[in-house]
Amino acid sequence: MSDMSDDATKISIFLNGNKVTVQKDLTILEASSKNMVDIPTICWSEHLEPANACRLCVVEVEGSKTLVPSCSRRVESGMNILTESPRVRASRRMILEFLATTNDLSQAPEIVTLFDDYGVDIDRYERPTRISEEVRIQDELYIRDYSKCVLCYKCVDACGEQAQNTFAIAFSGRGFDTQVSTEFDVGLPESNCVYCGNCVAVCPTNALQFKTEFDLRDASNWRPEDQTVTTTVCSYCGVGCNLELHTQGDQIVKVTSPTEHDVTNGNLCIKGRFGWEYVNLVMKDDR
Amino acid sequence: MTKPLTISPVATVAEVAAIDAAAKQAEVLIRSDRVVRGGLRRMQKSRAFLLPSLHALQKESGWISPGGVRYISELLQVSDAEIYGVATFYDLFQTERPISSDYLAHVCVDTSCSIRGSEMLLEDLEGSGQESERSACLGLCANAPAVFYQGKQCSDYAVGNGESGPSILTRSKGEQLLKRVGRVNPTSLDSYKSSGGYQALSIAIQIGSSAVIDLVSEAGLTGRGGAGFPTGAKWGAVAAESAEMKYFVANADESEPGTFKDRVIMESDPFALIESMTIGGVTVGAKVGWIYIRAEYPLAIQRVAAALDQARRANLLGENILGSDHSFDIEVRKGAGAYICGEETALFSSIEGYRGEPRSKPPYPTTRGLFGCPTVVNNPETLINVLQILSIGVPKYRSQGTPESPGTKLYCVSGDVHKPGLYEAEFGIQIDELINLAGGAVSATKAVLLGGAAGSLITPDYFDMPLSTEAAQSHGVSLGSGAVMVLGEQVNIMDVIIRVAEFFKNESCGQCVPCRIGTMRQHEQLLQIKKTKDSDKKKIQLLTEIGNVMSDASICGLGHTASTAIQSAIYNGLLGGSDE
Amino acid sequence: MFGAGGGTSSYREVEDAEVIVLWGSNARDAHPIYFRRVLKALRKGAKLFVIDPRRTASAEFADLWLGLDVGTDIALANAVAREIIDANLHDLTFIERATTGFEKFKVSVEWYTLERAELITGIPSHAIQELAHAYASAKTAQILWTLGITEHHNAVENVLSLCNLALLTGHVGRWGSGLVPLRGQNNVQGGGDMGALPNKLPGFQDIDDADARRKFEQVYGTRINPEPGLHLTLMFEAMHRNELRALYVIGENPADSEADAKSARKALSQLDTLIVQDIFLTRTAEMADVVFPASVGWAQSDGTVTSSERRVQRVRPAVSRAGSTKDDLDIIVELADRLGANWSARGPEQVWDEVRSLSPMHAGMSYERLDEGPGLQWPCPSTEHPGTEYLHEWLWKGDLGGHRAAPFSVTVHEGPKEHLNPDYPLRLTTGRALDSFNTGVQSRNYPSPIRTGQTIDLSAMDAKAIGVFDGETVKVSSKRGSINMTAKIVENLPAGLVFSTFHFPEIADINLLTNDHWDLMSGTSEFKASAIRIDKFIDEAKT
Repeated sequence: MSDMSDDATKISIFLNGNKVTVQKDLTILEASSKNMVDIPTICWSEHLEPANACRLCVVEVEGSKTLVPSCSRRVESGMNILTESPRVRASRRMILEFLATTNDLSQAPEIVTLFDDYGVDIDRYERPTRISEEVRIQDELYIRDYSKCVLCYKCVDACGEQAQNTFAIAFSGRGFDTQVSTEFDVGLPESNCVYCGNCVAVCPTNALQFKTEFDLRDASNWRPEDQTVTTTVCSYCGVGCNLELHTQGDQIVKVTSPTEHDVTNGNLCIKGRFGWEYVNLVMKDDR
Repeated sequence: MTKPLTISPVATVAEVAAIDAAAKQAEVLIRSDRVVRGGLRRMQKSRAFLLPSLHALQKESGWISPGGVRYISELLQVSDAEIYGVATFYDLFQTERPISSDYLAHVCVDTSCSIRGSEMLLEDLEGSGQESERSACLGLCANAPAVFYQGKQCSDYAVGNGESGPSILTRSKGEQLLKRVGRVNPTSLDSYKSSGGYQALSIAIQIGSSAVIDLVSEAGLTGRGGAGFPTGAKWGAVAAESAEMKYFVANADESEPGTFKDRVIMESDPFALIESMTIGGVTVGAKVGWIYIRAEYPLAIQRVAAALDQARRANLLGENILGSDHSFDIEVRKGAGAYICGEETALFSSIEGYRGEPRSKPPYPTTRGLFGCPTVVNNPETLINVLQILSIGVPKYRSQGTPESPGTKLYCVSGDVHKPGLYEAEFGIQIDELINLAGGAVSATKAVLLGGAAGSLITPDYFDMPLSTEAAQSHGVSLGSGAVMVLGEQVNIMDVIIRVAEFFKNESCGQCVPCRIGTMRQHEQLLQIKKTKDSDKKKIQLLTEIGNVMSDASICGLGHTASTAIQSAIYNGLLGGSDE
Repeated sequence: MFGAGGGTSSYREVEDAEVIVLWGSNARDAHPIYFRRVLKALRKGAKLFVIDPRRTASAEFADLWLGLDVGTDIALANAVAREIIDANLHDLTFIERATTGFEKFKVSVEWYTLERAELITGIPSHAIQELAHAYASAKTAQILWTLGITEHHNAVENVLSLCNLALLTGHVGRWGSGLVPLRGQNNVQGGGDMGALPNKLPGFQDIDDADARRKFEQVYGTRINPEPGLHLTLMFEAMHRNELRALYVIGENPADSEADAKSARKALSQLDTLIVQDIFLTRTAEMADVVFPASVGWAQSDGTVTSSERRVQRVRPAVSRAGSTKDDLDIIVELADRLGANWSARGPEQVWDEVRSLSPMHAGMSYERLDEGPGLQWPCPSTEHPGTEYLHEWLWKGDLGGHRAAPFSVTVHEGPKEHLNPDYPLRLTTGRALDSFNTGVQSRNYPSPIRTGQTIDLSAMDAKAIGVFDGETVKVSSKRGSINMTAKIVENLPAGLVFSTFHFPEIADINLLTNDHWDLMSGTSEFKASAIRIDKFIDEAKT
């Protein structure tokens, strides 16, 4: 009786053996999250189309030969989904091991925190090829640390047609040598980059970092636990973008924008993202 | 701090002319002093001219020069970074320095060529001062070792075993798909017609779309590219779509190591491909067809293009074909050196001017394919089967092969056999029979690599296995593209396996983690095993886990099959075994 | 025209527009986060028309860019209107129900044939026709504008000519269609809402409405002068005439930002008393008798600001105030105290609640509600009201919801006040760069890698005629003065038009050149159209 729903927008699926009713236009990831089933992901983000790249969110769907990415696959009526089967867990473990043997994940706590659960053991790989490059510091606003880049597509999508439409960065090369790059790897200041910082905002591993944060980390003075975040409104035009001012020791150290706020969905322009420096200057002013 | 006024690179006059010629139909911007017509829609549409523009630039300057990129960017309104990203995706575009001589030699180092001494050939060429690079399979496996000469301001050409031109065919009995190959003049429509060509199209137009689809379904035709999907179902699905635009694509990016059947069809019987595509287009309601041919097949590209011209002139393409209501025309798109572009959705990305990255399925091409429209993608071998079905009828067609795998199949036999070449045989022929057909093994055969790099190693114990879809399935293997590489006594299986792993490492598009890193780790592990001569349980266990995540969690078929050969070697005890 | 002064649509509506007309706005650079929605719309299939003398960064995304001569917007708008009527694409039902003055309007645009418009604007008639047909035929369409429309001597007429188009086609008062002026600062809208206009009380209540005045007088405890005050430009005129003797400037830098800066500085210097309240010692502050150092509103104070979609949002202090600086509000209240006024409202929330008690459209916006969600769009008359996404829905109701029908306005093309002549043959127009803001007092302090500094941009054809090369120092003159600038040859300007930003007065005092002809109704100066000349710079010290 209860499953004879009249609501045409809803369907029933089996989630880890439990029958649940969900909206039919949801992805498996969304449907799971609505039913308190956590699925880990790196490349998914609320305001970007699923990149399908990290594959950490794969789940087992009865009838499918391979595992399916829960971030992009939509639920279907009667779908039998296992989010934690041994097969799923084995794949996730390998993906995490692959990343851990390739990248510097020291500033990606959300990934590292999964290691214990999935039994990640990187010692069983003998001298794996790692991505190791010098940090690119080409201006006073961003840095790029490719050793941290897991190629999640977020920055490229944010710079490209899904948000900024600047296309200053794209993927270059192929396979293991794939990299996020400007044309001919010219410096960002020479590229089409307009320094909106939206790429930095979406980076899950701190491969893209605000220079302010980088400098403070470099001086061992980046203290997230001592930071407060205040939401206010940018003053540089009349659009009304909300800014999250991250302050440490009464100085602004970073600016982000709330992704859930409809005006920006996390996006800002160069002025909003970086134009706050004068506030720190007047703070030093003794007037 | 102010931004310095940087001087942007400028294209040469010759580069501009070459790019203009390649992208002459792309008019993204129409400028005048006071009005500029442009916009995202026009950009999107014109982006398909990116690959031809890059080819033109590469040909003219011997590399993808920054000035050329700047010019293409202005012309097509695609950002420099994206153009660079596309260019660096393909092996045949140089972005670091120009080819200094007239030609760059790409020497195949894949299985059949390597057992025929390609490494030595490479050394010789380099020793003689010829700029050379190691290359993946060039589809000249029966004429190994093969070289593809990429010309700067001169035409490309491919050479097998020191000879250019189509490989010499070895005839087999009961040929149907190959019946015109070597018998008709591939550059003459009349010659094709006089051997029965274009009768099938007449029949198709006469009996109509649904009847054609029924026949193709009843004949039990399945895709010959490797996946084996029922062709009738695919055509039926696209025919049922009501979209305004639909496409019909021939996937002639034949890049599976050891495979060269589509090349032979295109070089020797190009009208057959065009006729069968026309039937397909008319049947599913597509007005535009594309043939995506790998760049390493210059003769095939030339022959197909010439055949298209003739067909157009004879109203066998274009508006109101053969006086009917149907209109269909075909465009050729040349690949640029990327195995992954043989994956159907990667092929779409490539045609559209993006990096050849595969897309997540669903949606399937039949609903959202090329340019987002319903699309049929078929392999050339699959397509020419349709001619056969329409001319001889379903019962006769089904009388060949096995009940589950009706018809004949093309086999590319290479390696340690006396007469390597392309053979047509009914489904169900045994591996040992096929080896005999190819003149017999040169030496005691250690194994056969069936289905190319994505295929499996078969040991002699199983040479009585019939080559049919169902028999292969019951053995846990796949016929794949029909590549049969015979590995004789002298062949070091471990080296073959390592090369297969290296091939996938080189060809992975890099999009998803399991494949991008998995192919690297797989290759590393095998090198370790070879180096230490130690294939203990832990190492094998890790290899198996790497294989599992690639086949389970990768986006596309490349990742799914990147460990198949390696796993089959483990299964057959061929890995680091005592013979190494 | 419709009553309250605010953009009719919410930002997200533009994503559902079929046709988007960006008229005199370079939102890509000046309002990038709004423009991302335009881009979303384009990705969904919308058509974008950009009307701008320059082929701006926004125009690069346009299906059609129409490069009109500076100051010919009315001629273009009227020709579009005439073409819509001529092609019978206007919405007669809407016009009859919701508007007045159509017949008169129709007659008034009769003169603006496509051919005449082409002669006046420089835009080929086929492009004007295409714009007219696309706008009128679309199910939903928006017109967006900024200072390209309002920084003219006939600013209000310009705006009205655009409103006419919406009335003609019914592209207003419903989801996806509307008229949206994009504001240049975070609280331009809020300033107007709060009555910082010579003739308005908070909530756009008229100062000549005795009932409204009485309501305010009761709360304020003082009599309100029923005469409208002076707007900025009239103030400067009064200063020139020595009638206005004392000026209190809050957060504005007129010594740099006013057109014809030399004249503006003179006016400021002859005041008896100049008080400047600012976060920086600006050029204006340097001239002041008294400077009140203020804290940074958006980062150091509590309060609200209102965006271009009428959304009231909270600003909050993130860092403490420096030295002796105070919040703007506290300075004003303290000043009032010293002057003996005894204002009851203290602190931002109390003041806001006072606003809510007096301005019905703000009544429902408690701090609690503003803190909870993403802000509220006025009108929001009660604490249960969700706020209003788009205005003027009444235009679509049979009885107009008791409102008066919206009048068409007759507007007449006049062109810029300052004509080009053989001595000053080039048209100078000014605008914003992506990474900078106004006179640069805030934006110059961060290390932008894309800052190009002040250049005078000109077409290759003009550069050739003058004989200057890219990067050369040139002398730029109007009849008001001369400055030296760096020439930059660009592709996005037609011959005869030159462009400069105004962000670097310390490098190039561009407003020494600009034209202070101003709009009678709004008081805006014609920054967008000055007549100038460019000469090769001859270093007299060396010769």
